[in-house]
Amino acid sequence: MSTESSAAIGSVEGVSLYDVDHPAPVIEPPRKRTGKTPKGSRTNFEMYAWLFMRLSGIVLVVLVLGHLLIQLVLDGGVSKIGFAFVAGRWASPFWQVWDLAMLWLAMLHGANGLRTVINDYAERDNTRFWLKMLLYTATVFTVLLGTLVIFTFDPNIR
Amino acid sequence: MATPTMDKVGTDPSASPASPYITVTFRIRRFNPEVSDEAQWQDFQIEIDPKERVLDALHKIKWDVDGTLTFRRSCAHGICGSDAMRINGKNRLACKTLIKDINPEKPITVEAIKGLTVLKDLVVDMDPFFQAYRDVMPFLITKGNEPTRERLQSAEDRERFDDTTKCILCAACTSSCPVFWNDGQYFGPAAIVNAHRFIFDSRDEGGEQRLEILNDRDGVWRCRTTFNCTDACPRGIEVTKAIQEVKRALITRRF
Ligand code: HEM
Ligand code: SF4
Ligand code: FES
Repeated sequence: MSTESSAAIGSVEGVSLYDVDHPAPVIEPPRKRTGKTPKGSRTNFEMYAWLFMRLSGIVLVVLVLGHLLIQLVLDGGVSKIGFAFVAGRWASPFWQVWDLAMLWLAMLHGANGLRTVINDYAERDNTRFWLKMLLYTATVFTVLLGTLVIFTFDPNIR
Repeated sequence: MATPTMDKVGTDPSASPASPYITVTFRIRRFNPEVSDEAQWQDFQIEIDPKERVLDALHKIKWDVDGTLTFRRSCAHGICGSDAMRINGKNRLACKTLIKDINPEKPITVEAIKGLTVLKDLVVDMDPFFQAYRDVMPFLITKGNEPTRERLQSAEDRERFDDTTKCILCAACTSSCPVFWNDGQYFGPAAIVNAHRFIFDSRDEGGEQRLEILNDRDGVWRCRTTFNCTDACPRGIEVTKAIQEVKRALITRRF
């Protein structure tokens, strides 16, 4: 039977940097598991985080889609939104609670989702730590600021 | 190598007009740290019966063309789990993949499974994979005195974990998982499958401990349900379902 191959491996001419006694470095996978991999923390945090993603997701379907419908579709769409429109809605406790729930759920849901993304992609422990600190700071700041505005909103400021 | 059929013995296969042999290009990702620090694709064109398997083609190449081609295989019949590789971009056992099933008209790519250190050509370092396996304690754990006879089990109790007993530890699932590619600390589907095999075994009493291990940072909650593992498993194990059953056991244990 006829057999042929093309393109042999390695450099034919010139000196190779690597040989049997000096092999090239192999490419290790990120954060590979070894016998020294830290043992668990024995908490249920990851389980609650997983459940929260699913439960908050279900509630967010209603909150976010309702929000988008009201803001962007009904009553003339986006052009109606202005200071008066917001002031009018936040005069009602129902919409205050709606927006508050949406703020907290979306922020915590999004923050936890980004925590997952950081866990997936950041390789060095230091990078992971600082990215998460940045994330948590931004989340706390946004949630607190939003909550403050919803509760202290003054329709009469000029 | 190929088992010659009775009527073909002693004849030159390519000479016969009804020859089943066709020319197939195998594009194999080669890596040899003793020569170069870079991996390269190398094409091999061989005459082969498309009803043969990719493993037969690799044998043909290694035995007749290039003896330096390095890969692992042992049983050649889908039982030992040593020849999982990425064939046309999908993890499969070379010994269970017929050439006719993967479009031999085009070059067939063969490379090492992903997410583990490539040592040479198609051979990877399986240590991290087996470390995760060890870490879920894949052995029977019992308390109290040993019974004087077998530990009996009903047919239904045996059926409960039947699917996950079929695992041959080939790593096709774990090395197809994108979470594992990015973070090797994740236990990976194969370790969870083998924990499942004992968690749902009525004779075992270490289920609590294994659930605790898989409840942690790098356990089942990292699974994103991509189903890559189920698609990859050469044993047809419903891997994602097994992971989901462990998740459910953890949640119902709490609530
Ligand atoms: C509209 C209803 C929503 C539903 C039903 C939903 C559902 C989910 C679920 C179930 C997950 C987990 C996926 C997994 O573990 O594999 C997830 C992840 C995520 N969600 Fe949502 N979500 C919704 C809205 C939002 C919103 C409003 C945001 C942004 C604030 C958001 C940001 C994220 C992020 C960043 C992730 C992580 C992505 C990843 O794991 O790759 N989601 N979502
Ligand atoms: S579950 Fe299937 S793919 Fe994963 S190691 Fe076992 S046999 Fe291989
Ligand atoms: S060689 Fe044993 S499983 Fe393929």
